[in-house]
This record gives sequence, structure tokens and C-alpha cells, in this order.
Amino acid sequence: MTLDQLPRLHRAEILSVDWDLLAPEEGKRLRALGIDKGAQVAIAHRGIFAGHDPISLEIGRMTVALRRAHAKAMTVREL
Amino acid sequence: MTRLRTAALVGNPNSGKSALFNALTGARQKIANYPGVTVERKAGRMFLLSGEPVELIDLPGSYALDASSPDEEVTRRVVLGEFPGEVVPDVLIVVLDAANLEQHLVFAQELIELGRPVVVALNMVDLAERDGLVIDPAALEQALGVPVISTVAVRKRGLDELRGAISSAEARAERDPHRHPRPHITLPERRLAARNIAKGAILSETAQHRIHASLDKLLLHPWLGPPILFALLFVIFQAVFAWADPLIDLLDGSVGALIDFANAHLPGGFLTDLLTQGVLAGVGSVVVFLPQIVILFAFILIMEQSGYMARAAFIMDRLMAYVGLSGRSFIPLLSSFACAIPGIMATRAIADPKDRLTTILIAPLMTCSARLPVYAVIIGAVIPSRTVAGVVGLQGLVLFALYVAGIIGALVAALVLRRTVTKGAASGFIMEMPRYQWPPLRDLLIGLWQRAWVFLRRAGTIIFTVTVVLWLLLSFPKAGPGEDQVDASFAGKIANGLAVVVEPIGFDRDMALSLIPAMAAREVAVSSLATTYAVSTDDEEQEAVALQDQLAARWTLPMALAFLAWFVFAPQCLSTIAVARRETNGWKWPLVMLGYLFALAYIFAGLTFWIATAAGL
Repeated sequence: MTLDQLPRLHRAEILSVDWDLLAPEEGKRLRALGIDKGAQVAIAHRGIFAGHDPISLEIGRMTVALRRAHAKAMTVREL
Repeated sequence: MTRLRTAALVGNPNSGKSALFNALTGARQKIANYPGVTVERKAGRMFLLSGEPVELIDLPGSYALDASSPDEEVTRRVVLGEFPGEVVPDVLIVVLDAANLEQHLVFAQELIELGRPVVVALNMVDLAERDGLVIDPAALEQALGVPVISTVAVRKRGLDELRGAISSAEARAERDPHRHPRPHITLPERRLAARNIAKGAILSETAQHRIHASLDKLLLHPWLGPPILFALLFVIFQAVFAWADPLIDLLDGSVGALIDFANAHLPGGFLTDLLTQGVLAGVGSVVVFLPQIVILFAFILIMEQSGYMARAAFIMDRLMAYVGLSGRSFIPLLSSFACAIPGIMATRAIADPKDRLTTILIAPLMTCSARLPVYAVIIGAVIPSRTVAGVVGLQGLVLFALYVAGIIGALVAALVLRRTVTKGAASGFIMEMPRYQWPPLRDLLIGLWQRAWVFLRRAGTIIFTVTVVLWLLLSFPKAGPGEDQVDASFAGKIANGLAVVVEPIGFDRDMALSLIPAMAAREVAVSSLATTYAVSTDDEEQEAVALQDQLAARWTLPMALAFLAWFVFAPQCLSTIAVARRETNGWKWPLVMLGYLFALAYIFAGLTFWIATAAGL
């Protein structure tokens, strides 16, 4: 399952990230925020308009907004 | 005498660095740019417990020394001592958000590894406690091997302890000047260490950020979030009009009294005319808008400092994506409502170059505070002051419509630009959402003071100069008997030439005349209208008549509406063009900006005039 399919408020662990799907700068930023293999995350909110984009992701005590396209690159396992 | 010692605040974005900077330096701050790059350099003077002064630098927030934006690049180079002309800070004050320890410890470790004198400020411990998080600073100190001080910047808690720790870190470095870099470790190792250190330092942890989550639940709600945002924006614009009124009347009255006083007590002649008609009428008509600008900036600063701005970006991201931008662009664009210059400078946070360029090109379409005086005077003169549907003021409604016209214009422009000149792959949106907090009054006041000062300095320099030059051009050569002074003057002749071009869109000579000095700064259009009408009336009684009454008497409604439409689109400020040139490294994009905005201004002013005339307004 990729992260964009994870139901809201369910916790999951990121198993792998396909960095090739992301621009190098975006990858760097995500890693700097700790969004990487092994991180535990949950989707707090989904976007408001069509496509439910963007996503607000809880990681630790931090909330990060990112696009669904980024979430699609991440394989997760529900906890 | 040894040189002034320096210390630098460094840490993640949203660690409360700026609040700590304000608390340590008070109003003793200097804001400039780093040479060669357009990153803001914030420096101020703080005093140690011994009374010794130290220069404190607030470095741009970073996630790592491995920079991915121009801001982070500055932080990296200053910390490593690679920035030409910038001394290596004697002490690094690493600022951590206590409630986000695990994340912030990653960058902190990287900084501590450098082996330089370091003091850690464990900031915002009160917010952490509110979230049910109790942290043991001693355990953190033990694990990191550097002094850790708990601080609450907004309540000035822990500041003396921090000052003491800075002194002793320096003293230690003096006894032993050699650096002791620690072994370099990789990012995953650092992240693992951060997790373990945070775990060891957290004494108790209960329900996770409850206030934060429940506010998000409301403000990011699919159906409630956007209406709340739009309602807030609407309140801001109503407030700008309603709350500022008494203050404006007060300032206006004072300027009028000054003019009367000068006319009564000074000998008549050239200098008195210059003072009353040029300086007081011109600069005075702009300074009266200070209250409105301060109110607008107050709302923007509150949105930023409370953490709501990032939520607004989240809500807007999808809409921005439709025109090829991201929520990231929302913040520069909203800043552009105050002034396009900080707005364009804020685009540096946008990583994607095409995205950034598009945002720069459309930023001038956001109604900046310099347009507010123009709108306010003309709306006040020609739009009746009554309420619609019982509660909403018609004048405020028209103002809101002008803002909306700018926004729609910007979105359409972005859509077209993204498909033509700035074509490229769709961009992403990755952004940390800071926790909510009550905006600290002191930080708000310091921010407001800095903005107000910039505006007054502009009024005192650019606007003053332009107004005086315009007055001279209007006053010479002197008109012969029976001839209108404005027609006879140099400025009148220039305007008569320009009037041929703008006549089809309903502008008369006086309006054409005001467009020329408005290139220096838009709000000068108001002062130049004031100066023009002051010059063309001989009667001193008449001179004191408010500009708005003059406009109401001289302009028709279609003319006034066309003039407003012009100002929605026209790229009227040279400083914006200059900043765009600096930010895009060349003249190509500023020229594109000038070309398309003037074309839009001409077309829309024309359409407004023709439609309003046809509708019989």
C-alpha cells in the first residue's frame, strides 16, 4: 500500500521511498523533515478541494503538508 | 579594546528563534541584506550579565547544513565561517523547540559536531508543557555534552541563564581555543541518536498536542476551513477601512491645521507655497494612510506568528495547483498585499524555479498597501457611504471587489504564464505546519514598528522628493493672465501628451499627470492629485478643501472606476521592478512583467470606462 491510500488517522510505518519519483530537491526536503524509510506517520487531514490534495501528515510531534504525488512514492505498512 | 563579540542564533524553522532574538535584543535591531545575496540579515545588540555588549545574529531557519535554499546556504556559510565579510560567530546558540525535540535534535547534533562553543536554548517549554510534555534539561545536557538552558522567549523566562551560559561558553573557548570536532555521522545515524536522546530527556508525555489537533480539525475542515479563511480575509479588509477612519481623520485634520498655520504665519511667497502646496499637501496626503497600513500588517503578522498562515497555504494549495502553483506561493502573495517587495523576496522559499518565477511575475497584481491610499481616496470621493443588506459598508465592498479583481487577475495570469513563458513540470508542496500559538505582543509590535518605519521613510524620501519635483514642474513657467496654471506648466505639457494615449480609456489630463510620479510609488498618485488641485486653485480657502471633495466635483463615476481598474493592474512602482530584476538576475523578466501588466491595465481601465458609461453611471 502506498501512503496516499492510507485511511485517515491510521498509523503506519514507511517501508520504502521511491526517490526516483521525486525531484531531488523534494527528496532532500522530505528527508530533512524525517520523512524517510522507518518513519512512523499518520494522515491527519486531507485536502479540501477535488483530489483530496494536499495531505497533512503527522510525524512525531510535527505536522507536515505534502502532496499526494509525494505520498504515492512511499510504500507503507499499517501498524 | 577587543572587537565586539558575536553570537548567532541557529536552528530549525519554527523553533521560536525570532521570538528569542526579539527577547534578547529588544528594539536594538538592524535589518539589512547579506552582500551579494537577497537574504535578510537580522542583527541586534544584546548585553551579557556583566554588561558587555554582544552582536547577536538571527540566522535563517534551516533543517540541515546541507543547504537546499538560498536562505539555508547563508546559514551554512556563516556557521562554517565561509561567508566573506561576516565574522565567524564566537558562540552558536542552538534553538530547539521543546515540543519537537526529536526532529530539532537532528540539526542540533550536526551543529554540535562542529566542535565550536555551543549553548542550547530549549525554547517554548511552556507550549511543550501545555501539550503534556515534561522534559529534563539536565538529561539533555548530559546526552549532548553542551549546556542546555530552558527558555520561554515570549515570557522572557531563562534569558539571564542563557546570557550566563553564553559568557561561560566564550570563556571556555578562550582558555582552550582549539576546536574539538566530534566524529561526523550520517543522517540516519543522527536521526536514531536524536530519537534516543529525546526519549531519554522526556520525563512524561501525555495526550499528543490536543489544542493543535482540535484547532486543525476546525480550521482544516473540508467545509468549514475555506469559509473561515475567506471570512477572515473579508474581516481584514473591512477592518482596514472602518477601524482606521478616526485615526485618519485625526491625521488629516492635523495636516490641514498645519497648512492653515503655515499660511497664516509665514510670509507669502515661493517657499511658503512650496511648503504648503508641495510638501504638506503632498506628503501629508500619504502619511494619513499609515493607520490602514499598520492594521493590514497587524493582521498579516498575527496570521504568521499564530501559525495560521501555514494552514491558509494548505487550504489554498489545491486552488493554486489549478493554475500551476503551490500553497507555498500563497505566503509571498499574501505578503504582497502589504508590499510586493517583501512578497517577491519571500519567493525564495519556493524551491521550484518556474514556480518561483511565476509567483514573482504575478506578485504585483496583489493589491499592495501603496494602492490603498489611491483606492481609499477615490472610493471615499465617489462611492456613497451607505450600507448594503444592513451590515456591509458599500465602500468596504468596493474595496473588497478591487482586491478580488487583483487576485483573479493574478490567478488567470499564472495560468497563462505557466502554459507559455514559464512552462514546466507541475511543482510540489512540502511544508512544515508550525504549532498554533498566541502571537506574542512584543514580537507583533516590533514587526509593526519595522513596517511602519519603512513606510514613513518612503514618505520622507521618495514621496517627498517626487512631490516637490512635481510641484516645481507644475508651478513653472508661471501662467499668463486668464490661463490655467496647470496647462501652462511643464508638467501640464507632458501630461497633455500622455493624455492623448489614455484619453480613450476615460482619463483626463489631471489623471494622466498623476500616473507619471506614481511610477516612483503608487501612493504618490494621491499626493500628486492633491498637489495639482492645490496649484490650480488660487483661492486659499479652496486649497484647504479636502482632496476627496475636489475629486467628487471633478471626476465622473466612470472616470473614477476606470482609474481604480488601472491601479488594479498597472506595474506602477519602480522599486518592485528593481527587486524583480535583482531576484531574477536580469532585465528579461522585469520587462515581461512591465509589458503584460501595462497591457492589462490599459485594457481593463478601458473596459471599465466603456461599460460604466454605457450603463449610464
